[in-house]
Amino acid sequence: MTAWLAVLGRELRLALRHPADALAAVLFFLLVAALFPFGVGPAPETLARLAPGALIASALLAALLPLDRLWGAEADDGSLDLLLLSGLHPALLALAKACGHWLTTGLPLLLATPIAAAMLNLPTEAWGTAMIALGLGSALLSLLGTAGAALTLGARRGGVLLPLLVLPLAIPAVIFGAAAIEAAAGIVNPRPMLLLQGALLALALPLAPLAAGAALRGE
Amino acid sequence: MLQAHDLACWRGERLVFAGLGFTLAPGAALQLLGPNGAGKSSLLRVLAGLLPPFDGSVTWDGEDTRIEPAAHARRTRYLGHQDALKPALTARENLTFQARLAGGDVDAALAAMDLTPLAELPARLLSAGQKRRLALARLALAPAPPWLLDEPTLGLDVASVARFGAMLAAHRAQGGAVLAATHLPLPLPDAGELRLEPAP
Repeated sequence: MTAWLAVLGRELRLALRHPADALAAVLFFLLVAALFPFGVGPAPETLARLAPGALIASALLAALLPLDRLWGAEADDGSLDLLLLSGLHPALLALAKACGHWLTTGLPLLLATPIAAAMLNLPTEAWGTAMIALGLGSALLSLLGTAGAALTLGARRGGVLLPLLVLPLAIPAVIFGAAAIEAAAGIVNPRPMLLLQGALLALALPLAPLAAGAALRGE
Repeated sequence: MLQAHDLACWRGERLVFAGLGFTLAPGAALQLLGPNGAGKSSLLRVLAGLLPPFDGSVTWDGEDTRIEPAAHARRTRYLGHQDALKPALTARENLTFQARLAGGDVDAALAAMDLTPLAELPARLLSAGQKRRLALARLALAPAPPWLLDEPTLGLDVASVARFGAMLAAHRAQGGAVLAATHLPLPLPDAGELRLEPAP
């Protein structure tokens, strides 16, 4: 447990030393969300109709940004050997990295959600649901992305391969997340959709770290 | 006691070494010699458990180390040819992370490699030799029976090599064993030699 917390603590400390990385993801999220009004036109009803899907898709794209350096940076400076020899099971190591990724990328995105939601003219009563749906969706992406980054580690052009591998797996999160936000905007109960998203997360929570651990050990 | 039995290693399409066997007894030191590409680093990675052997086995006190890789990782200290330092963290923070994983006294380890004056400096400001000293200071944190070192003295000045020599002597006096791949003379008195020849 101490070793697990030590790895997570190091992730957070490194993120605090380089706040630009988290900020870049947040700005990317806001910019992508801001592109929709330009493309679709300023009609408020059309925008509000598009908002749920646009919001969740841009958040997932933004959360992908720091993933290709997640293991790459550790492998480049030799720290990966140190981590693998820490006595911590590789799957737990991957879980610590995924938690670190969510805390340093997913959480800032969550805090920026109201700004993006306002730009997309999402009804204010759906903002709370949007934050929950985005929180669950980005946590799922952190887990899938950690496994994807471990698999593409050492591959030439791993940075391109990673989204191709991870984004198809994130489709269910987009479907249920957008449906939940849409339900909340239409004053319908979004609970079933959020529960389905939670179920996806519960499935990925043990499986993705195990896959990442196996990939790291075989590297 | 670390033992290698009939080890073989493939890298890519090439057999690096095969039929390699030796024993690393407590207090013993072995220098791993051989030209570039002879498989010195690969052998160290196999012994540390970072690379599965293609054939043969590594045992610790008679038990195969691949049965419980976590236990083997905890009792071994591996120093790769990279320093494994995070440039954004200070020298002290880099060592503290390792101390939280494996225990040990950070201040004593810093002093062992004369790094106390540099403790609060980010690792990215350290010179290559100072980074190497910081990586070596990791060995001084907590005792571990076998040390597997890949070119430990690369880039070190004379005074630091002498300090490292004192660390090695103390480690061996406590019954620790050392296996070091090197091209430079190491401060390891009466060390055995293990010579790797490139496979044809």
